Amino acid sequence: MKPLQPVAHGTRVVLGVTFFILFTALWAGVTFGGIVSKTFLADPVQMLRSGWVLLTEMGFAKDIGMTVWRVLGGFALATLAALPLGVAMGAYKPVEAFFEPFVSFARYLPASAFIPLLILWAGIGEAQKLSVIFIGSFFQLVLMIAVVVGNTRRDLVEAAYTLGASDAGIVRRVLIPGAAPEIFEILRMVLGWAWTYVIVAELIGASSGIGHMITDSQALLATDQIIFGIIVIGVIGLVSDLGFKWANRRLFPWALLGR
Amino acid sequence: MSPFLTIRGVSRSFAPTSGGAPTLALQATDLTVAENDFITILGPSGCGKSTLLRIVAGLDHPSSGEVQLAGKRIEGPGADRGMVFQSYTLFPWLTVRDNVCFGLNERGLPRAEQLELAQGFIRKVGLTGFEHHFPKQLSGGMQQRTALARALANGPRMLLMDEPFGALDHQTRELMQELLLGIWEGDEATARKTVMFVTHDIDEAVFMGSRVVVMSARPGRIKLDREVPIPHPRHYSVKTTPAFTELKAELMEQVRTEVLAAQAAMV
Repeated sequence: MKPLQPVAHGTRVVLGVTFFILFTALWAGVTFGGIVSKTFLADPVQMLRSGWVLLTEMGFAKDIGMTVWRVLGGFALATLAALPLGVAMGAYKPVEAFFEPFVSFARYLPASAFIPLLILWAGIGEAQKLSVIFIGSFFQLVLMIAVVVGNTRRDLVEAAYTLGASDAGIVRRVLIPGAAPEIFEILRMVLGWAWTYVIVAELIGASSGIGHMITDSQALLATDQIIFGIIVIGVIGLVSDLGFKWANRRLFPWALLGR
Repeated sequence: MSPFLTIRGVSRSFAPTSGGAPTLALQATDLTVAENDFITILGPSGCGKSTLLRIVAGLDHPSSGEVQLAGKRIEGPGADRGMVFQSYTLFPWLTVRDNVCFGLNERGLPRAEQLELAQGFIRKVGLTGFEHHFPKQLSGGMQQRTALARALANGPRMLLMDEPFGALDHQTRELMQELLLGIWEGDEATARKTVMFVTHDIDEAVFMGSRVVVMSARPGRIKLDREVPIPHPRHYSVKTTPAFTELKAELMEQVRTEVLAAQAAMV
C-alpha cells in the first residue's frame, strides 16, 4: 500500500462489503457463541425475525414513514429558510456582520435541549418534531452556506463585472452557481445530523416513529427490535446519502472534473 | 480630436498593513491612448502596471486623478471595457459556449442571437468543436482563447489584457500572440478594438504593440513611450528584422535598469 494511491472500483466495493460481513460475523459469533447474554444483545437472525414481525404485524412501516416525513419536512423548512439567508450573508458583508455573531452562538445551542421547551410551546404534535429538526439544522446550514458563498473566487467576480454583470447578476450568475455543488454537499451532511435529532425528538413525547418504537422496545428489553430500528435508520441514511451523491453528479458534472 | 482614453494624474497608494506610511504603488501618471490603437505596457513585476490597467477597468480606484473613456469619467467596471486576466477566469460551471454568451446573456439578448454571435467568436479563436466542453477539460491556452472570445463577443470598445498569456508555455504564448494580433489586424484599421496590453515580456510588447510604454520600478511611473516602427499586419518573422531587434535592445536596457532598481529596493 502506498499513501494516496487510488483503489480500483471493483476492489473498493469488495472491501466495503467485506467489512459489513465481518462486522455481522463478529456480532453473530458473540451472540450465538453465548459470550454475550441474549438479554443484552439479540443475535442477527432474531433481529431480522422481529424486524419482519414489526413490519408485517405491528405497522412499523408507518413509523418509518412518519420519521422520514418529519426529517424531510423539518429539513426542507430549514433549507428553505437557510438558503436565502446564507447566500445573503455570504454575498453582502454588512448582512453577515449583522447575523453572523448570533448564528454562531445559536448553532451551539443543543437542539435536543429545546425539546422540553418545544413541548411546552408546540405540544407533542408534529410541530414540535419539525421544530427540533429545524433548530438543529437551520443555524448550521446558514453558517456553512455563507462561508461557501463568501469564498467565491474574486477573479471570477471581477471577470463577470467586466462582462457587464450587475451586482444582482453577480449573486445570481456567479456566487450561486459557483457555490451550488458545495451547498449541495452541505445539505447532504446536515441531513445526516437531522436524523439524529429526529430520533431524540421521538424518544420523548411521541406516539409514532422509529424513536418511539425504540423507547417502547426498551421497556420490553427487546434488544432485537431496538437494533432493527437503529439499522433501519442507518439504511435510510445510507440511501439518502447515495441519492444526494448521485444527484450531485447529475446536476453538477463540471464540479467533478479534474478532481 | 481628443484622445479616446485619457489617464490624468492617476496614482494609487495602498493602506499600510500595520501602521506606518501607505505604500505608493503607482505615481501620478498621465497617459492617453488613441482609438483603434494597440498599446503595450511593459515593466518589471510589481511596478504598478496591472494596477493601472485595473483602474482603467474600474476594478480598482485611483487614489488621485481620473480616467476618462471617450470623454466620460470611469467610475466602475463595465461591458465597454472587456478584460482578459492572467489567471484562468472562465466560469467553471459553464461550457465554452455559455462562457462566451455570459455578457450577451447579461444584456438580455435573445438566445438565438447569443448563440450565433458566440459561434462566430468561437470560430475566430479556433475552438470550433469545443463548444460543449467545460473549462477544466481545456488546456491553459484554450482557456485563454475562450476568455478572449468571451471578452470580444461582448463587443467592448476597449480590450484590457493583464498578462493574459503569462501563465502559458513559451510556444503556446507565441501562438496566442499571433492569434490575438491576427484578430485585431483582421478588422479595418478604423474598426479595430483599442487594446491596452500589460506584459513583462519585451518580445511580446514589441511584437504586438503599435506603441510600447515602459514603466519604472515601484512606485511605477511612465519612463518611456515609443512607437513601434513596424507596420501592421505583422508576420512572426518581423521578430528577426533589424527594426524589431533595435527597439528590443533599447527596451531591454531600460527594463533591465528597472528590474535592478526593483531588486535593490527589496534588499
